[in-house]
Amino acid sequence: MILKSETLELREDNAVVRVRQRARALAIEIGLGLVDQTKIVTATSELARNTVDYGGGGTATLDVINEGNRRGLKLTFSDQGPGIENIDLALTDGYTTGGGLGLGLSGSRRLVNDFSIDSTPGIGTTVSITRWI
Amino acid sequence: MDNIMDRIPILKMGQFLLVTIQVDMYDRLAMALQDDLTTKIVEHNSKGVLIDISSLEMVDSFIGRMLGSVASMSRMLDAVTVVVGMQPAVAITMVELGLSLSGVRTALNVEQGMSVLNGLVAHEVEGADYDSEE
Repeated sequence: MILKSETLELREDNAVVRVRQRARALAIEIGLGLVDQTKIVTATSELARNTVDYGGGGTATLDVINEGNRRGLKLTFSDQGPGIENIDLALTDGYTTGGGLGLGLSGSRRLVNDFSIDSTPGIGTTVSITRWI
Repeated sequence: MDNIMDRIPILKMGQFLLVTIQVDMYDRLAMALQDDLTTKIVEHNSKGVLIDISSLEMVDSFIGRMLGSVASMSRMLDAVTVVVGMQPAVAITMVELGLSLSGVRTALNVEQGMSVLNGLVAHEVEGADYDSEE
């Protein structure tokens, strides 16, 4: 169940900072500890940058969710960019098409509890992450 | 010229440069800092760069890469970079993300970072030009 939801535009690198700050605020609000806050905010930064740099911009949706008796922060990053041809390859440490370190997707997955990615070439990419308390 | 605020200040302290990152870093700001630091190292013939990241609440792969690049570039320009003040939660997160900052010297705080720089520079001078005074 979604307790609270907000969607932010992701068009340029300043927007990455805004999404990061909202993720931090919500992480504190639901009571995540400092290390868990830092993990989800760092994963947010990586994925928001991907949306801007590779997806040509898109949106970030931040949901406070409830499942049974646990609460979590779920972030969904969506773009209508070129999509990812080979998701397994994109999830490999060190693989990059953009000259970065190739840790964005693979590293983010390690920082959260749930991770899902859905991408169709020519249509776009959606990545969701959740950190439970 | 509305980009005056879009720069992280670099202070010159003797033969060192001191940077305190107190804003939430976005990518263009990180790249500007990298450019400014390399320029200032040459301009002032600086022997060391101290970057205080104690206010940074996260270091992602982009900022991590920038710190590594500054360390490599300064090394090529005959200067040493020390990154100080990393928060424990940031260190934990960086390692899980897969960032090791290999090649970047670190110290716990500004004071210890300065003594690392002083030690390195003194050692270098001693080894290069003078006999040991001890």
